[in-house]
Amino acid sequence: MLIRKAADIRPSEVTPKELYLNRRRFMAAAGTGAAAFAAGRFLRNLITPGVLARAGTRLQYTKSSLSTQGETLTPLKDITTYNNFYEFGADKDDPSRNAGSLKTSPWTVTIEGLVKKRVACDVDTIVRMHPSLEERIYRLRCVEAWSMVIPWIGIPLSSVIKAVEPASKARFVAFETLYNPAQMPGQRRSVLQWPYVEGLRMDEAMHPLTILAVGLYGEPLPNQDGAPIRLVVPWKYGFKSIKSIVKIKFVENQPPTTWNLMAPQEYGFYSNVNPEVDHPRWSQAKERRIGEFFRRPTLMFNGYGDQVAGLYAGMDLRKNF
Amino acid sequence: MSRRKILLLKCLVWVGCLAPLGRLVFRALTDRLTANPIEFITLSTGTWTLIFLLVTLSITPLRRLTGQAWLIRFRRLIGLFAFFYGFLHFMTYICLDKFFDLADMVKDVIKRPFITAGFVAFLLLIPLAATSTAGAIHKLGGSRWRLLHRAIYVSAVLAVIHFWWKVKADTQQPRIYAAILAILLLYRVAVWLVRRARSIRSAPEVPASTDMEHDRGTGSQRIVPFNQKPRP
Repeated sequence: MLIRKAADIRPSEVTPKELYLNRRRFMAAAGTGAAAFAAGRFLRNLITPGVLARAGTRLQYTKSSLSTQGETLTPLKDITTYNNFYEFGADKDDPSRNAGSLKTSPWTVTIEGLVKKRVACDVDTIVRMHPSLEERIYRLRCVEAWSMVIPWIGIPLSSVIKAVEPASKARFVAFETLYNPAQMPGQRRSVLQWPYVEGLRMDEAMHPLTILAVGLYGEPLPNQDGAPIRLVVPWKYGFKSIKSIVKIKFVENQPPTTWNLMAPQEYGFYSNVNPEVDHPRWSQAKERRIGEFFRRPTLMFNGYGDQVAGLYAGMDLRKNF
Repeated sequence: MSRRKILLLKCLVWVGCLAPLGRLVFRALTDRLTANPIEFITLSTGTWTLIFLLVTLSITPLRRLTGQAWLIRFRRLIGLFAFFYGFLHFMTYICLDKFFDLADMVKDVIKRPFITAGFVAFLLLIPLAATSTAGAIHKLGGSRWRLLHRAIYVSAVLAVIHFWWKVKADTQQPRIYAAILAILLLYRVAVWLVRRARSIRSAPEVPASTDMEHDRGTGSQRIVPFNQKPRP
């Protein structure tokens, strides 16, 4: 009961962004080195302003009708201090402590493979492939049986795909995270096979719910949440939503995916949220929503079944887990 | 070592052993149990159970290697703290994680090998904690008591397996615990082999129970150091 109170946090009770930022400013000012670094960053942003200019800027975005309704948002503090991002360490608080070393600007994303317009461009260029940034509030269900509700800011992946015109032979989209052990200390040990890779079937990638996120809570993504650009596929386990993307490749055959390479009997290519198919080592029937005491039942396709179940019609989801 | 020094040291050990719990309470009061408090408490109590088990198991080798006989007076205390943290870990699982959902827990224990391992590791510690009093040692008799308390080896092995099987990808930590446990167990195998070789050479029928005597003064058992063991 001690922890129960967190269950009914209203949005009004969430720590105001101003306070959060104040703390950040205080910490930045704490050391002259940090201050100098902040100043350098500020100057650089003055020279190269972009959609994603850093340092607490507000993003311009529109609300989306595809946002999930009626859920309490997970506080920003939890979203930014409780992360699985093995490139910065395997513990939940490692990414928030270590991700400061990631240099997210300039950031080039390469689009290649079976596609008409192969490009290597800045994140801003990708974002402009869609008329405007959108807010998408989605549930995020981790394969470890915890979940959050996150107000992402991003664009539909389908807009990018349409803009680069993939060949008809392209049946899958493969994604790749940055490989840079100097900036990503977790990559200095071979815990996983680096770089992290993920993939979607073309129809999954084209689905309107699938987005490339560049922000959350109205601001650019914090590094530990996958800055500067990440995938968000709300009906799949969180690890499918690959972070800090540097490459998008259109391919004919199902691409390899990191956790599947690591333990193929535990993590399938599809990895759709499914309460009826347990992880070999734990049950997936329930989940703990961050901030709540009691576990709640996990919903099929993370509650997005109405929109996505059709993608898997006729498929044995037990076999294609 | 004087009685006073031992008493002072015991106080320090108590404080040290309670520190991990104190840290949890402090973090709970200052709202720093992370976004997932139940997971944090589970991981923390589990880790400390494992650490206390390994410390308990390292006392006998340490005593033998250094010849510091007084070390043995801390073995029961630290062993009981291993049980204490194991109990907290188990209770966190029952009361917080599963919230007394018996059906769910039974399913877990049967279906999930890593939970089975942890569950058995904890069950094995119960009789050891229950027979840790001076009275129980008398009642059981030294050799039977020692035989029973060898269950700690099995419990520690299962505890490390429990941790290893639970980890998703980064097995560095369980590997470290496994390596330390392996050293502690191999030491015992080596001692046993040396002792067997000697007893075969000198006299075939050496009663094993000479190894442990009961210290009435403090109520704790004492083991005669290996190198001071009376030879027949």
